[in-house]
Amino acid sequence: MPTPTPPNTAAKASGCASGRCGSSASQIDELDASVAQRVQDHPCYSEEAHKYFARMHVAVAPACNIQCNYCNRKYDCSNESRPGVVSEVLTAAQAVKKTLAVAAAIPQMSVLGIAGPGDALANPERTFATFAELSQRAPDLKLCLSTNGLMLPQYVDQIAAYHVDHVTITINCIDPDIGAQIYPWIFWKHRRITGREAAEVLIAQQQQGLEMLVARGILVKVNSVMIPGINDQHLKEVSRIVRAKGAFLHNVMPLISDPAHGTHFGLIGQRGPTPQELKTLQDECAGDMNMMRHCQQCRADAVGMLGEDRGAEFTLEKVEAMQIDEHAAMGRRLALRAAIHAELAEKRAARHAASAQVIELPRPAATLGRPVRMAVASSTGAVIDTHFGHAKHFHIFEVSAEEIRALGTCAAAQYCGGEADCGEADNTLARTLTALSDCEVMLCARIGIEPWGKLEAAGIRPDGAHAMEPVASALREAWKTMLDNGQLSVAPASQRRA
Amino acid sequence: MALEIVAGCVNCWACVALCPHQAILEAQPHFLIDSDRCTECIDAHATPQCAAICPIEGVIIDELGTPLNPLGSLSPAARDG
Repeated sequence: MPTPTPPNTAAKASGCASGRCGSSASQIDELDASVAQRVQDHPCYSEEAHKYFARMHVAVAPACNIQCNYCNRKYDCSNESRPGVVSEVLTAAQAVKKTLAVAAAIPQMSVLGIAGPGDALANPERTFATFAELSQRAPDLKLCLSTNGLMLPQYVDQIAAYHVDHVTITINCIDPDIGAQIYPWIFWKHRRITGREAAEVLIAQQQQGLEMLVARGILVKVNSVMIPGINDQHLKEVSRIVRAKGAFLHNVMPLISDPAHGTHFGLIGQRGPTPQELKTLQDECAGDMNMMRHCQQCRADAVGMLGEDRGAEFTLEKVEAMQIDEHAAMGRRLALRAAIHAELAEKRAARHAASAQVIELPRPAATLGRPVRMAVASSTGAVIDTHFGHAKHFHIFEVSAEEIRALGTCAAAQYCGGEADCGEADNTLARTLTALSDCEVMLCARIGIEPWGKLEAAGIRPDGAHAMEPVASALREAWKTMLDNGQLSVAPASQRRA
Repeated sequence: MALEIVAGCVNCWACVALCPHQAILEAQPHFLIDSDRCTECIDAHATPQCAAICPIEGVIIDELGTPLNPLGSLSPAARDG
């Protein structure tokens, strides 16, 4: 009989809810320069990168070799992936095929991770077979894995051999008396051991694994689950120790203990931290170490930009039917990455310039042209990749000679939802036009003839000439075209009409 | 002589790779043990490997129907008391 899956509302949370985006863009700037260079494409490690790059997890690692009191093995690991849901377990060959399909369809793909649904290193054959194949066929993808650390020392050499970039170790304690309250047992040397002895072995393995990875130059992030009354005060000490040993990030996450998930902590009523308690602890640990506050606790089969899950587009069945030109796909990824790097470098330079500036210089009295508000159809805000009729939202910018200012996004009344919706089309388009009434330009990948005419009639010039180009350069070009055409010395069309 | 997986197994895969005789079968509604292959690990290990890693009480039983991980044996509360 299938087991009921508890409601999973968290999975629907949007990627960039303001409360979760606590890390500042300058956080990455503060990292050691060599580390910053290596994490710049990694959506999980910088708020900046998570807007531009996509990651995916492949669920090739179902087995686990320890029991955590915040986990119910009926579902995915509640630390390394979303609790209360079950991933479709893949073989290594299926995982490779799925990764190549996703990386061909989503050129922002930069990171492939193995995070469960159990423990990556409790499934070494599947995990390393996946890495071996992908390091040959998509060498541009960064590889990473998450582990509870129990088997880490044994596999550090293999991790290094496949050029795995980042390893996440879940370390909840360094004191075995605290560990005994979190881990009831582990599987060690062909038998089950329990209590304090189990925690001692696990902690020793985690710490040794951390040291060995750092010694080989592999980036190590430490995840901790904050469990009020058990390890909350202790995690400050954990933060100090793991930093001293060379971990580059410490990610403190809240305990999730919904009784419906059937975990031990859930069933005994162990509460999770309040948002304030979590923030206070993160702040205290942040004094020691860079933290990542935009972590989404993604599930083990997550696909796409952080906070979105496009897994449904890449089921095994769909992936089997896809024809993929691996070489061309890699070319697209590399080209896009180069464009994004250029854009980010520009932004970083601007940030440094701003912070170094002591005296504000007066702006030139006469600006060359007035600022123009433009709407962009883009799935990520980085590249113009969306058909006008398919856009769920538009990014709004104000473009002037000096700067491009992001004004936020505006939800689209979706215009083309397939034939069934077409009776509604006129109405939805009218609603969208109302929402965009301040804009003068609509940059999109494509647009149909009918909405084209209606946009123009509403004073919004559709522009499909910059399809698949980076947003920033397209905005600048569109503004420059208006300037060259002499449109920026007069008031916008909408004001003229009024 | 063979062990058996019964209802309650959550198909977590932990036992599959550990079995020295590849006797665990992926099946629905729960995984099964091939009784022709299973030796209860007497030839390979001090304790049956599937039962040593199984996270669910009562779902691996011997030929007498006795669970290798009886009720309460894996729960943290049982050991605290």
